[in-house]
Amino acid sequence: MAKTPAKKTGKSASASGDVIANRERPETPVPYKASKDELLKFYKDMLLIRRFEEKAGQLYGLGLIGGFCHLYIGQEAVAIGLQSALTPGKDSVITGYRDHGHMLAYGIDPNVIMAELTGRAAGISRGKGGSMHMFSTEHKFYGGHGIVGAQVSLGTGLAFGHKYSGDGGVCLAYFGDGASNQGQVYESFNMAELWKLPIIFVIENNQYAMGTSVNRASAEDQLYRRGESFRIPGLQVDGMDVLAVRGAAEVALDWVRSGKGPILLEMKTYRYRGHSMSDPAKYRSREEVQAVREKSDPIDGCKDDLLAMGVGEDELKAIEKEIRAIVNASAEFAEQAPEPDLSELHTDVLVETY
Amino acid sequence: MAIELKMPALSPTMEEGTLARWLVKEGDSVSSGDILAEIETDKATMEFEAVDEGVITSIAVPEGTENVKVGTVIALIAGEDEAPMPATPTPAADPEPVAPATVEPVAETPKPVSTPKTVADPAILAGTTMATVTVREALRDAMAEEMRRDDRVFVMGEEVAEYQGAYKVTQGLLDEFGPRRVIDTPITEYGFAGVGTGAAMGGLRPIIEFMTFNFAMQAIDHIINSAAKTNYMSGGQMRCPIVFRGPNGAAARVGAQHSQNYAPWYASVPGLIVLSPYDAADAKGLLKAAIRSEDPVVFLENELLYGRNFEVPAVDDYVLPIGKARIVREGSDLTIVSYSIGVGFALEAAEKLAGEGIEAEVIDLRSLRPLDKATILASLAKTNRLLVAEEGWATCSIGSEIAAICMEEGFDDLDAPVMRVANEDVPMPYAANLERATLINADKIVVAAKKMLGR
Repeated sequence: MAKTPAKKTGKSASASGDVIANRERPETPVPYKASKDELLKFYKDMLLIRRFEEKAGQLYGLGLIGGFCHLYIGQEAVAIGLQSALTPGKDSVITGYRDHGHMLAYGIDPNVIMAELTGRAAGISRGKGGSMHMFSTEHKFYGGHGIVGAQVSLGTGLAFGHKYSGDGGVCLAYFGDGASNQGQVYESFNMAELWKLPIIFVIENNQYAMGTSVNRASAEDQLYRRGESFRIPGLQVDGMDVLAVRGAAEVALDWVRSGKGPILLEMKTYRYRGHSMSDPAKYRSREEVQAVREKSDPIDGCKDDLLAMGVGEDELKAIEKEIRAIVNASAEFAEQAPEPDLSELHTDVLVETY
Repeated sequence: MAIELKMPALSPTMEEGTLARWLVKEGDSVSSGDILAEIETDKATMEFEAVDEGVITSIAVPEGTENVKVGTVIALIAGEDEAPMPATPTPAADPEPVAPATVEPVAETPKPVSTPKTVADPAILAGTTMATVTVREALRDAMAEEMRRDDRVFVMGEEVAEYQGAYKVTQGLLDEFGPRRVIDTPITEYGFAGVGTGAAMGGLRPIIEFMTFNFAMQAIDHIINSAAKTNYMSGGQMRCPIVFRGPNGAAARVGAQHSQNYAPWYASVPGLIVLSPYDAADAKGLLKAAIRSEDPVVFLENELLYGRNFEVPAVDDYVLPIGKARIVREGSDLTIVSYSIGVGFALEAAEKLAGEGIEAEVIDLRSLRPLDKATILASLAKTNRLLVAEEGWATCSIGSEIAAICMEEGFDDLDAPVMRVANEDVPMPYAANLERATLINADKIVVAAKKMLGR
């Protein structure tokens, strides 16, 4: 059957497309009005992720990082825009295996993240988790999951916990365009709306599930609509613009905190590197990647805004220098830190002794 | 200040590669993100990007050079002073202390076993012409041959078509057979395992590729509840001739959720055939047999074996019987039973033991369900000592099953308890040293074997 266009009602369509009659909709998000200091912070945080990931790629090439290593380069505005709106210690976050950026967005020490990537005892998972499996319960960051889509059900469970205990928290559950085709995502959507759970589902649509573009894998490729049949409203957001992302985060948090149940944000973003370090990336042209880098890079865009606000080139250069120093220090730390003691092999399998 | 560019490791299992092409020349200025070179691994051609800014001052390895070890300096860049990297004051002017030589990138990748006194497969007639083929190619050839032979056979899975296979096992199939028969799926393991199972019930012969068997856990309900039980529940009316295949077991440094051996899980299920070959000839002969079987087959491959070369009979239609183990090395002092990657460790251990005057017989099970009890028990009757080497957990393992069989049916032949050499009883750790300590290897088998012999 041919796809029929979604029905439009009389009112003008929101930024996210269609309005379904007789249902309350979230407001159309507007870009966040950041102060100079806020914007400088966003810039710095995004730059930290960029430089950290470049360094991780380098260490992988040197054999210091093993296994799978999925870089977040290009997607920085998503984690920074969203997580800057959360209340640390109250709201929870969960994601898949492309998780370095989300940890850095929380201000977690780059040293312990990099040391986890190199598999050292000082790593945040004591070297046992690796790139894909990092957690910080202190920040209510629940990982770091290797099976595509699993974090959506787990995040729904975290949201269930927020509602159950009445702690006022909201769960932010990230997943990719690839994961949006997994069955458990829809089972979770249904329960989340049915029970009005406080969760923001975030599809980080970076256009490619490994080597498969969204339209080759998704019958409905406008992913923000994926929750509509469960009555979960969806908004499509420019994920390359940190202010647009933050603006959407404000709307989503208002919606969820006021008890209206889940909301879905589709972040249109792009990853510059391969799916993992071992992806030859033959499914897209060099020109396509270059065009995105040149036209919509989130860090360059933020930089332009800062310059327009009157921030000097010198100040930005100094930030660049500072970030490079932090990242180089984390690499140094992660190279020098010792591997876990062999006695760690059998610890943490179970909590109790029987 | 010169920055050394080193041959990068581009995949978890890469140790060396071919420097296929330089895209820059000496004197060129490069900046972060520029592509410097194309590097071929055994799986793919990858682009190598610049991370630093500067001018290429020298190219140390010319294009076309093969077998360039990871970590080899391939070019020098004169960096700009703008980012002096304060934390590493001498970034690379002198050889860095932390080269891959000290931290092995893929410590667990087993060295190819030098072919010892192995026994030819009796299924291969003496004088047969052999071709050297990787396991990856053997699997692909098996699928291609069966697809040419039978239009009902098709391949479905994630990245099997346009990407040419996540591990390049389906390379070339899309070109030859087209998108009707080589089908990319969304990431929906439960869904496409069910679609494949239904197609098999309806009369087709699907090959369902799981990117790894770790992801087949999403789909295990269809493998066990739908595929394995159909024939029985329908009183023999409804068949389910399907092959579920993909890499199984530990790879290299991919952590707890991506490193697991599911052989014992599937082998415990009546209604399934479970095959787990070691070398390329068995991979080919058994996969062809699996595709032709009227029963659902779980076909467990191993990523670390994909790139290894073996001899495969260069005959038109090489099909092996299902359910037959193979004695890959004859010996009289003890029997080492294994399957999949464990066979390589067992052969290596047997060589080491031979150096100490101990002759081990090595059995490659090949088929885990049905299990070739006769071959195991006959070998036990000959050597009176039996050890099972298994890359997986010992608890409720194939080794446990074989130990039980030896007790129940070979008790009088046992001069020592059956031993299991297996991985440590922990989720797979990521850290290189912990992973190394977790996995089985030849030395662990040697220690156990000597203990059994009181030496």
